[in-house]
Amino acid sequence: MSRRRFHPRWFRRRTPIFWWLEKGVYVHFIVRELTSLAVAYAAALLVVQVAVLGAGAEAHARFAALLASPWAVGWHALVLVGLLYHTLTWLHLAPKALVVKLGGHRVPDAAILAGHYLGWLAATALVALVLVRS
Amino acid sequence: MADATVTLEVQRYRPEREDEPVWERFEVPARREWMVLDALNHVKDRLDGSLTFRWSCRMGVCGSCGMTVDGEPKLTCATPLAARGDGRPVRVEPLRGFPVIRDLVVEIRSFLGKLKRTRPWLIRDDDVPLAAGEHLQTPAELADYKQYSMCINCLLCYSACPIHHLEPDFAGPAALALAQRYNLDSRDRGAAERMEELSRHSGIWGCTFVGECSEVCPKGVDPAGAIQRYKLAAAADWFQSILLPWSGQARAKRREVAR
Repeated sequence: MSRRRFHPRWFRRRTPIFWWLEKGVYVHFIVRELTSLAVAYAAALLVVQVAVLGAGAEAHARFAALLASPWAVGWHALVLVGLLYHTLTWLHLAPKALVVKLGGHRVPDAAILAGHYLGWLAATALVALVLVRS
Repeated sequence: MADATVTLEVQRYRPEREDEPVWERFEVPARREWMVLDALNHVKDRLDGSLTFRWSCRMGVCGSCGMTVDGEPKLTCATPLAARGDGRPVRVEPLRGFPVIRDLVVEIRSFLGKLKRTRPWLIRDDDVPLAAGEHLQTPAELADYKQYSMCINCLLCYSACPIHHLEPDFAGPAALALAQRYNLDSRDRGAAERMEELSRHSGIWGCTFVGECSEVCPKGVDPAGAIQRYKLAAAADWFQSILLPWSGQARAKRREVAR
């Protein structure tokens, strides 16, 4: 009788590198995580724009011309898709984390989601208003 | 006419015979009322007594019979055998993300250690004599934690959680949800005590909110929601300790950490 027979030898499966392709839910999750790069990029771009604005009108005009080039427009259209995907998925996850109680009753998830959309709309309208008036 | 049968494809792992798991096929009666667990018991009773798997209550309470059925983590006592009805074999594997000891039995000691570290029991800072009576709760206070108390430790959520597979130190959905179950209990005073363990990177911050743990839970518990709620609470506590260091809660937390 071999010694191995009585030796506990557990089988450990290695997680494959493409584990996230096994299920649609995992793909959705990875895309959501990757699109956070679009959010980081958009934030960095805003900081750069502010810095360029501080450097004077001429520098800003050069930077604006750079952003108006076809490749930059195409790239930023892709970034916008990533931003929208991240924003929408983030908003839809928010009710999971937020438990709001009013008058002893829990506010329904749909109401919390609606509140987030309203906040997003209000912020967008405010920015649009500032841009139109300037 | 022969009785209809269903093909059961079972993953076998016998360490004394195989270096890695192999698939074995069994033909079992296609009984309408049978669950996958009934089919496994049929195999063990009639076809191959060496097939090894865990089970106990057969009614979705004990959490012992969790396995991967057709790629999804399921309680086999609550998964109908012939529900699909497309003639394809029903594939049964051990829960993913755990070492396999034999056939469909996985090693769960790592989970038990994580569970213990989150202190899933009522912690009090006073010693109330029995004569003082019950700790009364309102229905609203009960509702705060009740869904988390339904967890049966079946580990389906761990099997569905890719973070648990990738980072073995991650405390995982059930342990974190059970910690929240006690944190949200009006009788408990142990939230600060649990904070240190839960707010580690291997605690709540290890969760990247895939959300699949809540989808596969057979008892309707929402571990993903519990973890996100705790992240919010931990972040609020941290801000409070920075902005209002003299507040009672922040002082209690520091006392706890210092102890």
